[in-house]
Amino acid sequence: MFSFCVDPASLDGLAWMACYLTTGKHMAIYTSLFTVLLLLAITAPSALIFGFLGASSARSPFPPLSWIGKAYIAIVRGVPDIAFFLFFVIALDQLFEWIRHEIKCPDWEADIWQGNDFVVCDIAKLPLGNAPQWVHETYGFFLAVLTFAIVFGAFAANVLYGAMRAVPHNQLETAESYGMNRRQVFWRILVPQMWVFALPGLSNLWMVLIKATPLLFLLGVEDIVYWARELGGSKTARFTDYPHGDWRMWYFLALLIFYLLFTRVSEIVLDKLMLKLTHGQATLAGEAQRKAAA
Amino acid sequence: MKSILLGTAALAISASVAFAGSHSVVRMGTEGAYPPYNFINDAGEVDGFERELGDELCARAELTCEWVTNEWDSIIPNLVSGNYDTIIAGMSITDERDEVIDFTQNYTQPDPSSYLALDGADVDLEGGVIAAQANTIQAAFIASSGATLVEFATPDETIAAVRSGEADAVLADDAYLRPIAEENADLVMLEKQELIGGGVGMGVRESDTELKEKFNAAIQSMKDDGTLNALLAKWEIGPGF
Repeated sequence: MFSFCVDPASLDGLAWMACYLTTGKHMAIYTSLFTVLLLLAITAPSALIFGFLGASSARSPFPPLSWIGKAYIAIVRGVPDIAFFLFFVIALDQLFEWIRHEIKCPDWEADIWQGNDFVVCDIAKLPLGNAPQWVHETYGFFLAVLTFAIVFGAFAANVLYGAMRAVPHNQLETAESYGMNRRQVFWRILVPQMWVFALPGLSNLWMVLIKATPLLFLLGVEDIVYWARELGGSKTARFTDYPHGDWRMWYFLALLIFYLLFTRVSEIVLDKLMLKLTHGQATLAGEAQRKAAA
Repeated sequence: MKSILLGTAALAISASVAFAGSHSVVRMGTEGAYPPYNFINDAGEVDGFERELGDELCARAELTCEWVTNEWDSIIPNLVSGNYDTIIAGMSITDERDEVIDFTQNYTQPDPSSYLALDGADVDLEGGVIAAQANTIQAAFIASSGATLVEFATPDETIAAVRSGEADAVLADDAYLRPIAEENADLVMLEKQELIGGGVGMGVRESDTELKEKFNAAIQSMKDDGTLNALLAKWEIGPGF
């Protein structure tokens, strides 16, 4: 990276460190940091959408819809994350490929399962076998987002379901007595008031989600924990210009600080948000705010 | 009726053309953590004996190849489900693996496996605690030898286990352990070696016979003109052919 990095063996101290920390391999760990942040940025809203759909269908008056919502919450919450991640992504990928296979290659005669092999016709591969590597990586990333969204959506659904029931019932009855129909009551009275009840649960989920990102590696996405382990492992001079001993401790220490800082910032933001949501609500905290202002 | 028949025939032909044209890009799966066979270099790219070998094989077989890294534990399931087309990751040919995937002919001789231990330690190879990477021939060997096996997901962790005293010694490919022993005064190779495995080959899906034959021919041509021996010598991987 820097001009003085031509012969790292002759360097020491800070100069060596500056060169070491800017090798192509270290760029990969910095990139993976953004991968993790991007994953969080996309997963959080999509999990919330999954959760909202799950919760509103679970409390639907139409039984089959309510069963679907409740089954989604119960099944996904009950299965261990790691089993879900290992099984689900491969199954999801194969499901997509199988559907494309049925559409694009209707006259394919060989079996899809040949012994241990899962074989679909080439044009049904997802992504196509000749696609560049970044397409494969992006596809893997979105499979990961989808899986995270489904898993955390189930937990969010449970939180929102509880929050919807926590809104005082007389609020809804009053709305109805004003002549609002069911839809209007839901969108204008229930949804705006439920967030204050949902936020403590949702902020908890957000913290768990931040810490769950190393599960990405199970999905084939190389995240910061993978790179910390790879970079920290001892390196011999034959295969690198920057030989060093077992430095995993330092890399994991850096990760620890990163995650602690990140969750701390999240806490501060969530507290601010809670303050805002509480404003004017018929809750204990809302009442306290009103009194303090008065 | 006739046009329908013709239509199906045309479809069948186009389908078979598509099949013949398969593997316009061959995705090469490797671990990237097992020098000198394969590792990630300072620039962040796959490097090592197998990188050079694989690029040469692809050139000879006139294939376009792309390198993919995958963790060792799930390297076979991901091949089988089609995420890449070959495994080229220092994988020894064994009967258990051969039941699930197919191998090309071997491109290294059966490499002796060696023990690495702390300098001056008195290691009991029959009854002690020996570390090995999970799902390797060495792990299977220790499991059946009577010594206590501790397994780790990456080769690097097996070395760390010896250093920390969690294991008395580590059993791994000689070519992997030798540079580590040379550079670390506190670690030594034991004299005893084990001859296990049938050499290293490339793994392909069992249904992929066409690709397997292409690589078999390419490996044979490299064996015949001596380039493979030169590569083996350059990366100090066992004896040549």
